Amino acid sequence: MTANGYLQIALFLGAVLLLVKPLGAYMANVYEGRVAFVNRFLAPGENLLYRLCGVDPAQEMRWTQYALAMLVFNLFGALAVYALQRLQPDLPLNPQGFGAVSPDSSFNTAVSFATNTNWQGYSGETTMSYLTQMAALTVQNFVSAASGMAVLIALIRGFARQSVETLGNFWVDLTRGTLYVLLPLSLVLALLLVGQGVVQTFSAYKTVPLLQSQKYDTPRLDAAGRPAKDARGNPVMEKTIRKDQLIAVGPAASQIAIKQLGTNGGGFFNANSAHPFENPTPFSDFLEMLALVLIPAALCYTFGHMIDDRRQGWAIFAAMGIMLVALLAPVEHYEQAGNPLLARLGVDQTASTLQSGGNMEGKETRFGVVNSALWATVTTATSNGSVNSMHDSFTPLGGMVPMWEMQLGEIVFGGVGSGLYGMLIFALIAVFVAGLMIGRTPEYLGKKIQAFEMKMAAIVILIPPLLVLVGTAIAVMTAAGRSGVSNPGAHGFAEILYAFSSAAANNGSAFAGISANTPFYNTALGVVMLFGRYWLIVPVLAIAGALAAKKKIPVSAGTLPTHTPLFVVLLIGTVVIVGALAFFPVLALGPIAEYLSMIAGH
Amino acid sequence: MWNHVKSAIAMLVFFTIVTGLAYPALVAGLAQAFFPQQANGSLILRGGKPVGSRLIGQPFSNPKYFWGRLSATAPYPYNAANSSGSNLGPTNPALFAEVEGRIKALREADPGNSAPVPVDLATSSGSGLDPDISPAAAYYQAPRVARARHLSLARVRRLISGHITGRQFGVLGEPRVNVLELNLALDAVH
Repeated sequence: MTANGYLQIALFLGAVLLLVKPLGAYMANVYEGRVAFVNRFLAPGENLLYRLCGVDPAQEMRWTQYALAMLVFNLFGALAVYALQRLQPDLPLNPQGFGAVSPDSSFNTAVSFATNTNWQGYSGETTMSYLTQMAALTVQNFVSAASGMAVLIALIRGFARQSVETLGNFWVDLTRGTLYVLLPLSLVLALLLVGQGVVQTFSAYKTVPLLQSQKYDTPRLDAAGRPAKDARGNPVMEKTIRKDQLIAVGPAASQIAIKQLGTNGGGFFNANSAHPFENPTPFSDFLEMLALVLIPAALCYTFGHMIDDRRQGWAIFAAMGIMLVALLAPVEHYEQAGNPLLARLGVDQTASTLQSGGNMEGKETRFGVVNSALWATVTTATSNGSVNSMHDSFTPLGGMVPMWEMQLGEIVFGGVGSGLYGMLIFALIAVFVAGLMIGRTPEYLGKKIQAFEMKMAAIVILIPPLLVLVGTAIAVMTAAGRSGVSNPGAHGFAEILYAFSSAAANNGSAFAGISANTPFYNTALGVVMLFGRYWLIVPVLAIAGALAAKKKIPVSAGTLPTHTPLFVVLLIGTVVIVGALAFFPVLALGPIAEYLSMIAGH
Repeated sequence: MWNHVKSAIAMLVFFTIVTGLAYPALVAGLAQAFFPQQANGSLILRGGKPVGSRLIGQPFSNPKYFWGRLSATAPYPYNAANSSGSNLGPTNPALFAEVEGRIKALREADPGNSAPVPVDLATSSGSGLDPDISPAAAYYQAPRVARARHLSLARVRRLISGHITGRQFGVLGEPRVNVLELNLALDAVH
């Protein structure tokens, strides 16, 4: 990699590091109701909202009530997204006149956006009206993120409190996270993005003339409007000349800002942040990458702040940061090294001052290899899943690392809220393993970790591999599953594995060659997304409830300190061993097999 | 339970109005006031009429124009109403066919040029709408364009170097050349 490549990565990591503390402290104050500006000017409006919604903000919830409120709210959110897609031809703000989305695709998208996955089986600019993009998808971008943050805050309160039954009020946490964290950040980011060239308009698609008219083949239609066939049954093609280009526009900037900040990832356009209107310049790329890791990273500080021991937050942040850098290195290396099979054909892939070189298939010129590999690593480390290059066209190992990051459980920063609560579960496993080794009852942050917590933690780490492996197995055994594959051989298998990894981890990125907008994949991936989200949230809240009820025990000579480098290493080891054991065999069948065949020259 | 249902519906209505209608409308209002050019698609105007978007690539195959990235959009390349990458895997024979096809077309249009082809000129972009090529890909095509237009090679190379956009703030991204703007400038040369 070039010196400039290192500099760009260092700038990005430095910017994240700089913002973790101020944003983390602000979020802690938001959830604890201690922001002076909010209390003075916005609290009356907030209280009016609670009155209108029949919520008593002072009434705290037990974990079961908290979970139920979250599930009911997410259910109605998903129903609204489904209804808006099905009814869009009869609703306003549909200048291109798009019809109703199919039932299976509507189901998939409704689940996908309510679970903060934002997998896209559909193509935005050919399917969704402006109203659907805004009132269905943008809304879920906000509230699914705020739901994840609320669950995390409830878990943190479980550690921070003692001998109580309650974890806070879900409606209050949802409202404050949305209005005081996500909305102001989105507004600022959206305007910065428009300044760089992201579109934000309600007008219909634009038509511009082509400088050189375009000739291409289209199937000729017969009198009935069906493709005409010749004597041998092949479609008859005719030359068509285009003199114009129809350019999709829309209210994109407002959606893209929250898509990045809320670790959502569902693009306004099909090509997501590779599309020049979604991510027009290197600076917009920098801002969008910063936005997608910002909140998950800052929540580590929020955690330390709320349990009143900032070292614990920094230790978790260090574990995540070290893993991110370690995972970034191979992606940058293999993408910059390029594709040896193309070098044979007479392609120049060397980096120079005049070109980025490397594997440029599926990548944009303005981002080159450095920013494409960086984005791929960060978007799969967090559960964002937006892309600025096509992961399907990455080199075998360059594409394997993003897939493995999802399979680790999205805990390297992870989703807003979900990343940190997932990592804290791994911390419980780590202290449990350490406890077994030294023969003492494990404890974390002054709470004894006992059989109930460990059972719940085991559920949380075992469900994702189960969903990924069983889902992939079913897909490869059925004709409907195999027919979605677009690339031959081991890479085709990797497309299926990537899809189920992405759905189970609520990431949403894809090896996008797979044709997933079919009843089979829409249904299968929809079910996996539901389980991957809610089957983890409920045990996490159960742990939170159990922890809150416990007394804190004082630190003794036998306590394993959990803010030390030793614990950071133990935590990373736990994550890597669980992830590697569960997924190494299946990765060997996909990307590793493809890598071996590539270097052998096939 | 019923309390939760009532609260959930009321909250959803509130957030739909605030984040799904008011927020996009506010961003649109501010965008149209402060950045009308960008918010409406960065259109290039000539005599008050749009001749393309600075951010959206166009297809070129004529030897007298610079060619851009390959585009895998359906059903024709550079379909700006249906963005998409090729999603061809690194060992897919279809990828090799695509790359070989482009190299063959470049060599046929410029038989004397046997230099290796810059990688971005032989591969598809992620969006299918990439407006840019690398400076290397532009210089590679300079002899062909110069010959087709009866211009001196030095003149064409000067035109290219005048159209290179450097790294943003000197650091971010990659140096690049906007293909449509370069071709518009070529057409303006007399």
